[in-house]
Amino acid sequence: MELLVFLIFAFLAVAASLVVVAHKNPVYSTMALVVTLFAVAVLFVLLGAPFIGVLQVLIYTGAIVVLFLFVIMLLNIGREESQLAGHKAQFFTAIFGAVLFGGLVILALSSVRMGAQSDDPSLALVSLKGLATTLFTEYLLPFEIIGLLLLVAVIGATVAARRPPQSEGPAIASGFEPRVDPVRSTPHEEPQP
Amino acid sequence: MTVPVSWYLMLAAVLFAIGTIGALTRRNGISIFLSIEVMLNAANLTLIAYSRQLESHVGQVVVFFVLAVAAAEAAVGLALFIAVFRQRHTIDLNRINLLRW
Amino acid sequence: MLEYLWLIPVLTFLGATLNGLFGSKLPKSVVTAIGVGFPGAALLVALGALWQFFGDGGNPVTQLYWTWAAPASLPASFDVAFLLDRLSAVMLFVVTFVGFWIHVYSVGYMSHESGYWRYFAYLNLFMTAMLLLILGDNYLIMFVGWEGVGLCSYLLIGFYYDQVFPPYAGKKAFIVNRIGDFAFLVGMFALISKFGTLRYSDIFPQVLADSGVVTNGTYALGLTFASFVALCFFVGAMGKSAQIPLFVWLPDAMAGPTPVSALIHAATMVTAGVYMIVRTSSIYHAAPGVSLFVAVIGAVTAIFAASIGLAQNDIKKVLAYSTVSQLGYMFLAAGLGAYSAAIFHLGTHAFFKALLFLGSGSVIHAMGGEQDMRQMGGLKKHMPMTYWTYVIGALAIAGIPGFSGFFSKDEILHAAAGNGQWILYAVGLITAGLTAFYMFRSVFLTFHGKFRGTHEQEHHLHESPAIMTIPLCILALGAVVSGAAGFPWNNWLHHWLEELTKRPVGLPEIAEHHVSVLLLALVASAVAIVSIWFAFRVYGRDRGLAGDQTFEQRFPAVHRLLENKYYVDEIYDRFIVRPLAALSAFFWKGIDMLVIDGAVNTGASTVEVAGEVGRFSTTGNVRNYALYFFAGVIVLFVWLIL
Repeated sequence: MELLVFLIFAFLAVAASLVVVAHKNPVYSTMALVVTLFAVAVLFVLLGAPFIGVLQVLIYTGAIVVLFLFVIMLLNIGREESQLAGHKAQFFTAIFGAVLFGGLVILALSSVRMGAQSDDPSLALVSLKGLATTLFTEYLLPFEIIGLLLLVAVIGATVAARRPPQSEGPAIASGFEPRVDPVRSTPHEEPQP
Repeated sequence: MTVPVSWYLMLAAVLFAIGTIGALTRRNGISIFLSIEVMLNAANLTLIAYSRQLESHVGQVVVFFVLAVAAAEAAVGLALFIAVFRQRHTIDLNRINLLRW
Repeated sequence: MLEYLWLIPVLTFLGATLNGLFGSKLPKSVVTAIGVGFPGAALLVALGALWQFFGDGGNPVTQLYWTWAAPASLPASFDVAFLLDRLSAVMLFVVTFVGFWIHVYSVGYMSHESGYWRYFAYLNLFMTAMLLLILGDNYLIMFVGWEGVGLCSYLLIGFYYDQVFPPYAGKKAFIVNRIGDFAFLVGMFALISKFGTLRYSDIFPQVLADSGVVTNGTYALGLTFASFVALCFFVGAMGKSAQIPLFVWLPDAMAGPTPVSALIHAATMVTAGVYMIVRTSSIYHAAPGVSLFVAVIGAVTAIFAASIGLAQNDIKKVLAYSTVSQLGYMFLAAGLGAYSAAIFHLGTHAFFKALLFLGSGSVIHAMGGEQDMRQMGGLKKHMPMTYWTYVIGALAIAGIPGFSGFFSKDEILHAAAGNGQWILYAVGLITAGLTAFYMFRSVFLTFHGKFRGTHEQEHHLHESPAIMTIPLCILALGAVVSGAAGFPWNNWLHHWLEELTKRPVGLPEIAEHHVSVLLLALVASAVAIVSIWFAFRVYGRDRGLAGDQTFEQRFPAVHRLLENKYYVDEIYDRFIVRPLAALSAFFWKGIDMLVIDGAVNTGASTVEVAGEVGRFSTTGNVRNYALYFFAGVIVLFVWLIL
C-alpha cells in the first residue's frame, strides 16, 4: 500500500516538476508547481512528518505560490519567446544537471545504510508533541532568529518594491497605470473657489 | 512492503536535478524562481527522509526553518523583480546585464 | 660650576634649536640674542668650570649622564659621559673662547644675509657637536661629535645653497670626510674587539701599564694592534684635518661665509684630528712606525700646501692652504711624540688663523664681496684696524719672535731636531720660510700700494663696524699672548699635559739629541725675517702685482703648476671620481632600473594583464554567474565524494 502511494505521488512530483521547468507560460508553470508541492507534501506524510506536510501546503501553496501568481499577474508576464537561450548554455546545464544527479545519487546510495524500515514510522517520530518539544527547547534560538529574519524580509521586500520618489522614476509601462497621488491633486483644486 | 529510504533520496536527487536544469536554462526570471522552489523542495524531501531514517526530529525542525526561509526569500526576490521591472520593463535576464565588462 | 659641565653643549644646542625652529619668524634682534647669547652663556659656564678645575689642581673629572647601550657581551657599557681633564680643558677654552668671538663678529658680517637665522642655528649646532667631540669620555661620543661637525661643516659650506658651487663644495667636504670616518670606525671596532670598551679611562691605563698589550703579535694587515689602530685613526684625521691625500675639500670649503672658514676650517673642526691623536697618545707611543708616517705626512703636507699658497690670488684660498700647511706642522709634532707641542700650535694657530680669516672677511666686506687680491691694494689707509690686526696675525704665523706662533712653531722644529729627524726639520724650516713669504705677500698685495679695483669698489671702502673689529682686537691679543703658555725656558703647557702624553711602560727608550734651543730659535727667526724682507722686495713699496708677473714670466711651468694646485683635483677627478661615477651609473641604469624595478614592474604588469584578460568573465548576465556557481558546486561535490 505504502509502496503504491509512493510510486503514484513520486511520479506525479517528477512529472509536475518537469512541467514547471519546461513550460513556456509562467502561469502554467506555477500551477504545475502547486501539484509538485502537493505531491511532496504527501510524501512527507508517508515519511512520518504530517505536520510538515501540512505546513508545506499551507505556507508554500497557500502563500508563496499565491505571491508568485500575484506578481506574474501584476507584471503581466507573457509567454517566453524562446525558452532556451543559447545552445551553449543549455548544453552545459544539461551536463551539469546530469553530473549533479549522478553525484547526488551516489551520495545517497553510499551513505545511507541500505535497508527497508521494517516498521512504520514510530509514534514518537510522528507525534507533534515530540516535534514541538525539540523545536522549542533545543532549537529555540534559531526559531526566534527565523522570526527576526521574516521581519527583515518583510521590511526588505516593502522597501525594494516601493515606488521610486515622484521626482525621478520613468513612466511606468503599459499595464501599470500610475495612480494619481491624492496629496498632489489638492493644490490643483485650491485656487478655483 | 515499506519503501526504502534510499528511494526517497533518489527521488529527491531527481527533483533537484530537474530544478537545476530549469534554473540554468530559463530566460524568464519568474520561471527561474519556480525552479529554485523545486530545488528547495527536493532538499526538504532529503531532510525529512533522513529524519525518518535516523528517528530524530531534527530533520523536521530544519525543514521548518527552510520553509520559513524560502518564504522570506520568495518575498524579497519578487520585490526585487518588481523593482527591476520598473526600471527595465523586462525580466528577461539576458537583457539585465548592467554589470557587463 | 663644574657640575654644570653638561650645560655647555646643551646651551649651544638650545640656541641652535630655537633659532632653527623659530628663527625665520623672529625679529633679527632676537635671533642675534639667541645666536650669540647662548654661546656666550656656554662660554661663561665653561670659564667657571675651568676656574674650578684649575683650582682643584687639574684633576680629571668624569660625569656620567646616562648609559646609551650596555651589551651583555662586553665588559663595559657605552655611556654618554663627559671627561674634563687637562687636555680637554685646553680644547674647551680654545673652542668656547674663539668660537664666541667669531659669533660676535658674524653679527656684523652676516647682517645683510637673508639666511641670518639659519646661519646662527647651524653655527650653534656646530659648537654643540665640537663640544661633544672634545668633552666626551669615550670614542663613541667623540665620534658623535666628529660626525656632527662634519654635518655642520656641510651645512655651512653650502650655506649659499642657491648658487651652484657652494652645495658642491659642501658635498665634496662631506664625502672626503667620510672616507676618513670609515677608517676611524674601523679603528674603533678594533678597540672594541681588543678592550671591549671605548672609554679612555678604561683603555689608556691598560696600555700605559704595559705596552705589550698593544704591541705583541700581529693584529691585522701585518701590523701590531697599536699600529693598526694608530693608522686607522690617522686616516680619519687625514680626512677631518685635511692632510695629504684628503685635503682637497678644504680650499673649496672657502665657498662658505668667511666666519665659518674662520671657526670651522681654521680654529676648531680641522683641529679635531690633532686632538684625537693626542688623546690616543699612549697608543701612538707604541706604534713608532705609524707615528713616523704621521710626521712625514704632516711635513709633506706642510710644504706642499705652502708652495701652493705662493701662487693663489684669492685671499681666502691663501689662508686655506696656509691652514692645511699649519695643520701639517701639528701632525709633524704629534708624529714625533711632541704632543704638547702639537696642542700648543693648535691653540696659537686657532687665535692667529681665526684672526687672519676674520681680517680677510673684513676686507672682503669692504670690497663688497671681492676676494681676489689682484683687485685690492692700498687698503691700509681705509681700514687701519683691520690692517694692524692682520699684520699681527701674519707676524704670528710667520714665527717672528715675541708672537705666539714663534714659540709654538719653534717647539715643533726643536722636537724634530731633538729626535734626529734632520730631513723633517729642514722641511719644517723651509715651510716656515714659505709661510712667512706668502703671508706677507698677501699683506702687501692687499693693504699696500695702489688700489687696483674699480671705482665703485673704491668708494665702498670703509673700516668695518665695531662689532667686527672688536673680535679682531681680542684675537690679536690672543695671538700675541698665547705664546706664554709654552716659553721654552718655562714650558707650562708641556708640564700641564705631561701626565696625559707619557710613554707606556715597556717601550724601548728613544735617544734624545740635545740641541740648543737658542740656536734653533735664531735660525728660525732668521729664516722668517729674511723671507719677509724678500716678500717686501718683491711685493712691497707699491710694486703691486709686478712680482707675480715676473714670477710668471720667468718660471711659467712652475707658476702654472702652483696656481692650479698641482692639478690634484683634476687627477682625483680623472682616476677616482669618474670611474666611481661610471660604476654608479651602471648600478643605477643596469641593475636598479633594469633588474629591480623590472622585477617589481613585472609583478605589477602581470596583475594588469591578468585583469585585462579576466574582465571578460564578468558578462553581467546572471545566468552565466549561476553557471559558474554550479560549476563550483560540482567541484565541491566531487571533492567531497572522492
